[in-house]
Amino acid sequence: MDPTLVHALQHTLHLVAQTAVEVTPAADTAAQVPLLDVAFYAMVKILIGLGVILGTVSYTVLAERKVCAFMQDRVGPNRTGIPLTNIPMWGLGQPIADALKGLLKEQFTPNHTNRFFYILAPMLAVSPALITVCVIPFASLTTVTLPFEIPFFGNVIPKPGVIADINVGPVFIFAISSLTVYGIVLAGWASNSKFPFLGGIRSSAQMISYEVAMGLSVIPVFMVTGTMNLSKIVDYQYQHGWLALPFISPNPLDFATLLPALMLALVLIPAFFIFLVSSFAETNRMPFDLPESEQELVGGYNTEYGGMRFALFFLGEYAALIMSSALLVTLFFGGWTLPFEAYNNLAQSWGIFGIILQTLVFITKVTGFILLFIWVRWSTPRFRYDALMDLGWKVFLPTSLALIVVCGTMLAGIQHFGGGLKAGASAKEKATAIVADVSR
Amino acid sequence: MIVQRPELTWYEKTYFPSLIGGMVITFGHLWRTVFANGKVTMEYPEEKWAVPKGYRGAPTLVKDEEGREKCVSCQLCEFICPPRAIRIKPGELPAGAANAHVEKGPKEFDIDMIRCIYCGLCEEVCPEEAIFLRQDYAITGLSREEMLHNKAKLYELGGVMTLPVKKWSAPPAGAGAEATARNEPARAGAV
Repeated sequence: MDPTLVHALQHTLHLVAQTAVEVTPAADTAAQVPLLDVAFYAMVKILIGLGVILGTVSYTVLAERKVCAFMQDRVGPNRTGIPLTNIPMWGLGQPIADALKGLLKEQFTPNHTNRFFYILAPMLAVSPALITVCVIPFASLTTVTLPFEIPFFGNVIPKPGVIADINVGPVFIFAISSLTVYGIVLAGWASNSKFPFLGGIRSSAQMISYEVAMGLSVIPVFMVTGTMNLSKIVDYQYQHGWLALPFISPNPLDFATLLPALMLALVLIPAFFIFLVSSFAETNRMPFDLPESEQELVGGYNTEYGGMRFALFFLGEYAALIMSSALLVTLFFGGWTLPFEAYNNLAQSWGIFGIILQTLVFITKVTGFILLFIWVRWSTPRFRYDALMDLGWKVFLPTSLALIVVCGTMLAGIQHFGGGLKAGASAKEKATAIVADVSR
Repeated sequence: MIVQRPELTWYEKTYFPSLIGGMVITFGHLWRTVFANGKVTMEYPEEKWAVPKGYRGAPTLVKDEEGREKCVSCQLCEFICPPRAIRIKPGELPAGAANAHVEKGPKEFDIDMIRCIYCGLCEEVCPEEAIFLRQDYAITGLSREEMLHNKAKLYELGGVMTLPVKKWSAPPAGAGAEATARNEPARAGAV
């Protein structure tokens, strides 16, 4: 290879590595790992993460078709094997066939569209959901050592459980995932045709109604856990019980920790519910799939799209669904943890295999939420968009503001009266910690 | 008719009762389909439905209980066929044939199954009860030629149809009494 090229590559890797280290301050052991290794493993994690997300997307589509079929007394796709062979897979080959179809179809662009934005829109719709995966912790952050050697790089993986351990995780996710709306609005506008246009308008109307309530509804989580770092939120839930299910903690009968957790759950469960409903709106799924509205708007914003471009919208929608499920699990249902100490420390005892097992547990929890999303989609009618705005502005916004106030009061009360009760650090310390984290 | 719009209670206005009710219903259907074999669809090539009596499937030609073709190529079906799917070339019967006293038989009889609309008018109009719509419903082919049912194919699909009314039951040589009795007046009238 050309030596200058190698040099340039090394330089790029160094830059990436420096960025990675800058946004991931903590961990004494991680600091020992050479920068090149950090960058290399970050890229490996990105590739694996992308692969897992895309694979999950295609099988979520299949799960949706199967579950919907069962709910309508049908059987759903049950024949497709591996394409171009006669190997049967009982319908499991359907996503492969769908992807092949999308890739091989003609990229037809109608004449009346605004070409540039027409092509840009599907890309905007798909990328945010794939970017947000980088801050979700899917396993323990304990540094592990691979049981075999890797050529050119060390075999110590720093922070194997997350791609980017940043201190503003949820904010980053909200910031990026709200960009999806631009994809939809642009698609509606650039298609230059009435149904996509209506879909785009509805999407903007929808976004301004749920986003505020969605952002406010997770603030109690930050108040209780005292951090905005998703990994630390998960750690807190391992120690104090899952935020939405306080009974699930390593010592559920310890009255001193359970009582404050139960009190806080009175706030956190409504907050979880608001966040869940807003997630339905954010992922454009059934009670709020106004931009798509297959029945009224013949597909809404994606009416004029076909082939892989349509598939990209589809992919973005399902990736957003998976990311929402992952965020719900991380914020309210303990992330990758289970209330067993041995499981939680698997990274120390089993190394990389422990990480893989924890990831599988995380995926299982996420799958539960994906199935909930599918179940709701095939059970509920669509809201009118004025009804959604009513719900967002008149119900969820005041409720989530009230929850923040109540949560603060409760935290102060727990701290004041229950000196012995372990509710965590004081409110002031928590606020200082959050500010310090964010400003890093 | 006046649609009653009852005042909803605050509880009903939260949508929860109806949302949860809906989810329970869909879950019930899912449960029954997966675990109690409650599916209502059939997996077609393996499972087939019972074709009801009187079903109008593919039109076919039939032979009588003695294996003689009943069609006399009067061409009424050809004329009544709304999409003009039927083409008949009439021909004489060979002199030594068992039913040579019948004047004609079809030399060629084609039904274009791409055109056929399964209306059953050919069956209704046939004076000889020689054409019947049978129960075959999946008529497919890979070419237009394959979809053109010729005489051999039509007899193969139709087979033998035994009916209570026996026509031409007697051979022409020693013409049976009842056959003569039934056929002669008609001929006389025609002449």
